Amino acid sequence: MLNSADLQALAITLQLAALSTAVLLVLGTPLAWWLARTRSHWKPAIDALVALPLVLPPTVLGFYLLIAMGPDGPLGAFMTAIGGQPLAFSFAGLVIGSVIYSLPFVVQPLQDAFSRMGQGPLDAAATLGAGRMDRWLSVVLPLARPGYITAGVLGFAHTLGEFGVVLMIGGNIPGSTRVLSVAIYDHVETLEYGRAHLLSGVLLLLSFALLLAVYRANRRFRMMRP
Amino acid sequence: MSTDNRSGLHVDLQLTRGPFNLQAKFSAAAAGVTAIFGPSGAGKSSLLQAIAGLLPAQGSIRIGNHSWQDEQQYLPAHRRPVGYVFQDGRLFPHLNVRGNLEYGMRRRHNTAVPTDYDFAHAVALLRLGELLERMPHQLSGGEQQRVAIGRALLSKPALLLMDEPLASLDAGHKRELLGYLQNLQHKSALPVLYVSHAPDEVARLADHLVLLDKGRKLADGPVNDMLTRLDLPLSLDSDAAAVLSVTYTDYDSAFDLSRVALGSNTLYLPGRLSAAPGDTLRLRVLARDISLTIERQTGTSILNIVPVRIVELREQNPAQCIVRLDTGNGMLLACVTRKSATALQLDSGQQVYAQIKSMALPG
Repeated sequence: MLNSADLQALAITLQLAALSTAVLLVLGTPLAWWLARTRSHWKPAIDALVALPLVLPPTVLGFYLLIAMGPDGPLGAFMTAIGGQPLAFSFAGLVIGSVIYSLPFVVQPLQDAFSRMGQGPLDAAATLGAGRMDRWLSVVLPLARPGYITAGVLGFAHTLGEFGVVLMIGGNIPGSTRVLSVAIYDHVETLEYGRAHLLSGVLLLLSFALLLAVYRANRRFRMMRP
Repeated sequence: MSTDNRSGLHVDLQLTRGPFNLQAKFSAAAAGVTAIFGPSGAGKSSLLQAIAGLLPAQGSIRIGNHSWQDEQQYLPAHRRPVGYVFQDGRLFPHLNVRGNLEYGMRRRHNTAVPTDYDFAHAVALLRLGELLERMPHQLSGGEQQRVAIGRALLSKPALLLMDEPLASLDAGHKRELLGYLQNLQHKSALPVLYVSHAPDEVARLADHLVLLDKGRKLADGPVNDMLTRLDLPLSLDSDAAAVLSVTYTDYDSAFDLSRVALGSNTLYLPGRLSAAPGDTLRLRVLARDISLTIERQTGTSILNIVPVRIVELREQNPAQCIVRLDTGNGMLLACVTRKSATALQLDSGQQVYAQIKSMALPG
């Protein structure tokens, strides 16, 4: 079965995906809400920026992040200024990379859910005496639940499969930045096909199970949409 | 309908949205239904949304002693005690009927007043008992609107706003819901603003009418005055009609006719009305169903003949005239050909007889 090095890679992968997804749901909510409601002429530009990781080679993204996180880059300089660790080749750097890499997979389902519900239920709730926060918790969140499930699972699953960005900014440090996809690459390089098979199988099943959950959840909650 | 300064609703709003400009100033009584009537695009819905605080507008709104907005302040929508019934119901799709009703009740606008509209009362009034555990998508359009009305009432509003609540319903459900609305009107002392472009709904429900066109108020006043004023577009419609208040007398089973009293006149309506002797009923009488005679006709099959005085006469089109008639107990409209009007030498102040071919309870 999986040896300890592979298990370690699996654990780091899961941690990275979980943490990135949590950060994405928190940051993605106001961004998606703004995109769903705004009539600003900046909207198309922001939409395009959010969607950029869908089309950009991950190595390009990774390259720019590496520059930014390096000692002379803005992020790196900032970290040095506050006396922190450099971000490149660290787990924290990987989280930042993953958040950007998986951004569209979280923002777009949320944005879709928010625009789909329209202003109608919110207006109705306001006339019934619900204030801004109350409307959010009692109407927006339950109506956007399928969107949140989709966003969470897609963000998680997409981060699981991250390779190019990790390779550029995370390197291959066992126990810190060595994730599953990189481990598989290493096994193939060293002709350890058995172990590559095993890890690939784990990733395949995990991803399938997660996507299955999205589609099941969406089917179940479709009727709740306005 | 008079409104003194301290009671009732006083609205004076200005709103600009792109090329559209709305200016409306009117008052409504502390109880009763005020219809906001006009063609589509007149700004009826915008006016209602502005009153609810859903659409920002300049100006002032006051109900009783409470100001909702003026130069100093602007209450946000959730702090205005309105019940809003939207055209499309807008039930919360993630809550069942009970959850929808309780949503408004838990956040109710007025926790101090005694509860005329507690849960059981609303459920009974709107017959929601069997629907409580259903989800909104399992309800018919009419049922959804009944729930929406119940939800609005349970939030204990000081003003009920209804935006064409019947517009999306078929004729059957419309009739049914009109019955509920009339029932509601009898049992509550809540002022209602009712947006509509259907004259029959207005005739059946409204006490007071605000006439809106292209964002401007044309006129407002008691409903039958508005319907029968010859300088307003309602009397020029081919379905022009007046609303008469009559008192139910009794039922004549031999001929299957119901008798009602209009002052000292007795009128007959076909069939048995669901009313008790002494009940006040509204009749909608179409102008084209009335003919005029100089003398009281005998030997005619027409049962309903009322002596009237001609108040005003106006050409509706080259072929027809519309005549405003005073029965002594409310105004009527009659539509006659210009040829007849000339032949009979009809003129204002003249005493004539109105023959009513048919009339009905509106709705």
